[in-house]
Amino acid sequence: MTKKILTVDDSRTMRDMLMLALSDAGYEVVQAEDGIDGLETLEREGADVVITDINMPRLDGFGFIEGVRANPAHRGLPVLVLTTESSAEKKARAKEAGATGWIVKPFDPVKLVDVVRRVSG
Amino acid sequence: MSADDPFEAIKQTFFLECEELLTDLEASVTALTFGDGDGETINAAFRAIHSIKGGAGAFGLEELVRFAHVFETYMDELRSGRKTCDETAIRAMLHASDVLADHVSFARGLIPSMDEERSQTVANDLRALMDDGGPVGAAAPTPGPSLDPIEAEFDFKPVMFDFGDTTSVPDDVTPEGWIITFKPHIRLYETGNEPALLLRELARLGPCQISLDTSELVALADLGEPSACLSWTIELDAPVELESITEIFEFVEGECDLVILPKGNSAAFVEESSAGDVDIAALLAAATAPAPAAPATDEVDIQALLAMATAAAVPAPAADAPAPVASVTPTAPAPSAPSTKAAAPSGNASAAAGGQASIRVDLDRIDKLINVVGELVIQQAMLAQSVAECGLAASSTVKVGLEDLEQLSREIQDSVMAIRAQPVKSVFQRMPRLVREVAEMTGKNVRLITEGEATEVDKTVVDRLAEPITHMIRNAIDHGLEDAEGRTASGKPKEGTIRLAALHRSGRIVIEVSDDGRGINRERVRKIAIDRGLISADANLSNEETDNLIFLPGFSTADSVSDISGRGVGMDVVRRSIQQLGGRISIASTPGKGSVFTMSLPLTLAVLDGMVVRAGGQTLLSPLSSIIESFTPKEGDLHRIGARDWVIRFRDRFLPLIDTGRVLGFAGPDAPEITGRDGIAIVVENEGGSQVALWVDDIQGQRQVVIKSLETNYRKVDGISAATILGDGRVALILDIDALVVLGRQQANQSEFKIAS
Repeated sequence: MTKKILTVDDSRTMRDMLMLALSDAGYEVVQAEDGIDGLETLEREGADVVITDINMPRLDGFGFIEGVRANPAHRGLPVLVLTTESSAEKKARAKEAGATGWIVKPFDPVKLVDVVRRVSG
Repeated sequence: MSADDPFEAIKQTFFLECEELLTDLEASVTALTFGDGDGETINAAFRAIHSIKGGAGAFGLEELVRFAHVFETYMDELRSGRKTCDETAIRAMLHASDVLADHVSFARGLIPSMDEERSQTVANDLRALMDDGGPVGAAAPTPGPSLDPIEAEFDFKPVMFDFGDTTSVPDDVTPEGWIITFKPHIRLYETGNEPALLLRELARLGPCQISLDTSELVALADLGEPSACLSWTIELDAPVELESITEIFEFVEGECDLVILPKGNSAAFVEESSAGDVDIAALLAAATAPAPAAPATDEVDIQALLAMATAAAVPAPAADAPAPVASVTPTAPAPSAPSTKAAAPSGNASAAAGGQASIRVDLDRIDKLINVVGELVIQQAMLAQSVAECGLAASSTVKVGLEDLEQLSREIQDSVMAIRAQPVKSVFQRMPRLVREVAEMTGKNVRLITEGEATEVDKTVVDRLAEPITHMIRNAIDHGLEDAEGRTASGKPKEGTIRLAALHRSGRIVIEVSDDGRGINRERVRKIAIDRGLISADANLSNEETDNLIFLPGFSTADSVSDISGRGVGMDVVRRSIQQLGGRISIASTPGKGSVFTMSLPLTLAVLDGMVVRAGGQTLLSPLSSIIESFTPKEGDLHRIGARDWVIRFRDRFLPLIDTGRVLGFAGPDAPEITGRDGIAIVVENEGGSQVALWVDDIQGQRQVVIKSLETNYRKVDGISAATILGDGRVALILDIDALVVLGRQQANQSEFKIAS
């Protein structure tokens, strides 16, 4: 069965890049533009893996992940954060919010798919 | 560079997005400039820069990334409150936004070269501000182009586990295998990680013997709070690098107990636990006993193990259990607090999301649609005409159907045109920075007031507004406003005011740039015009005419063109660019009080509501927006003034009467005078708000028409703005009311001149 990936990013460029890399790898992709949109889209469409940006208007990536985890149904859902910062602090905060792992921007499409596969099987 | 290349397509999207992000950034900085900003404004600015950097990184635009990184880091200082957002900070942001925009333009190939020196200077200024918060001036000695550390940050580097001092195994020795003990904490499950997947990754490295320790598994009856009960021991029979193993566990660092031992070696390589402190004795004990004490070790094959691991994870994500035990909270702190947090913002989400709902469409597609709809409207009109000529009853289904069709085509046309309409805001938003810059250069205090930002106009018009507005504002600050002393001397506030306003008036958009400066120096303008041979020394000009001399080609002089307002472009160029859009520009000035530049442009360049009239044997179209009234004059309403001029009585006033056919040259000089013909007077209003009456032979009705450029298809004709094709296939010329009035006045002057001589 095709796995569905929800990408949450306020940058259209980044959404397009993710779409390109993931759909090439055979994933179905749904998109959201910020944390709130992301939570709504997740409730509406569901997803097997979520990839989210951190800096977004309205609700940032940390808040979004907390929101995802707040729903018991999504407690085991793999959520990857996209971060340009390779700082340990950002990762630690993401982890604290409940992130499964991270992808460092700019990402190599192969690496991206690799990480997605690593957390989703 | 193919359009089919998805990567290239995304790159184009990126540049479009950059445009928007730069506008957002500009808006944020502007808000901060006027003290309207708050934390969210700084946040928005940060995000804009951050997104530009993110995309730029993806496309390997290193220069852009480097600069954006410095800028972003500085914004991060501001938003965290570590640095205050004061006057100096705002100025730095203004400069940095400029440079960032230049970097984007350069990366996009819009500008041929990048001013690297400026980029460096601004970047260094930002760094200096971060270093000590000191003034921009202190930036000079900061290290120059040492931007390399940033690049290092962009390399993907797995976070290495801390080896500590106790691990003294030489790096260059790769053991023949590894023994890994792995005990997930509850947190590992809560973050959506999955032991089975980690084990599968390990199995990819080489043959594995995996044993599952279920000794801590609680009895079903005792199952309470979710907890992590399982641990694994993996014997990996492959001489792989330690790094390959730690990389697999990268995401679960701190969420599990992890011990990685080289097979057959007595020293522990890695100990990882959430507590962080290592019990060396225990570790060594474990290390010496190669197969760690596993009370209930079951040897299983991988497939079975994976299945089991998946099943074993059940206790942790309690979600699957239909009725979890009441006390979920302690180990799963997430549910209560964040759920309310998440619910609150989603409440207003739909409204905000609604405002953003938009799609991007290529402009060419819209223009194609507009063209086709234009043809549709013409076709519909022609059909209606043919049907009308058939003499069908008004109640016939054909007629009724045609009326509906007409209604629909009109609606389609309106909707299509609305797609192209955009608020002038995007242009207005760029002006505050311009004002600031020019004010800084001239040393004047200037405040910019904008009005009517939401006024909508066709995109083509919006796009081409920026240049003339920029020029007029530069001009107003540089030439219009006095310096602080001059203003004080004239009893004005030190701060000069520039007002930029947009409004709809008689079917056009009017942009006004006004200042409260000294006004036009008519003596000087006159002198320059005479010196340059633009007017004769004894020319008798009204104040208005004198003021408008500045638009004449060749008027700009060396001493009136400074590097600020001039840039080698005279007001004549501004006027020409506006005329190309079917617009006009004029100036009204009051000495000592200031000047107002007014430009008026058509709202759209595609359709027009007009009145079809006949004059001098030609079918003409008068824009409906400028028509006030039309009437058949009674005996005695017409009065002759001078040799050939006429006025007409209209509501107890006399208006100049323009003999349309004659002024446009359709009716020859031998045509009978107005009084000798039947006709209708159409009262029209020009942009200046003054009224005149047009004398026409006949009115044929109201029509919406598609504008066809006369200049493109034929040539420019005085008094005519464009052409159109009517329902019966006739070509009708569209009147340019203002130009017609001017033309009429000129001819009147000439005739007076003839009579006088």
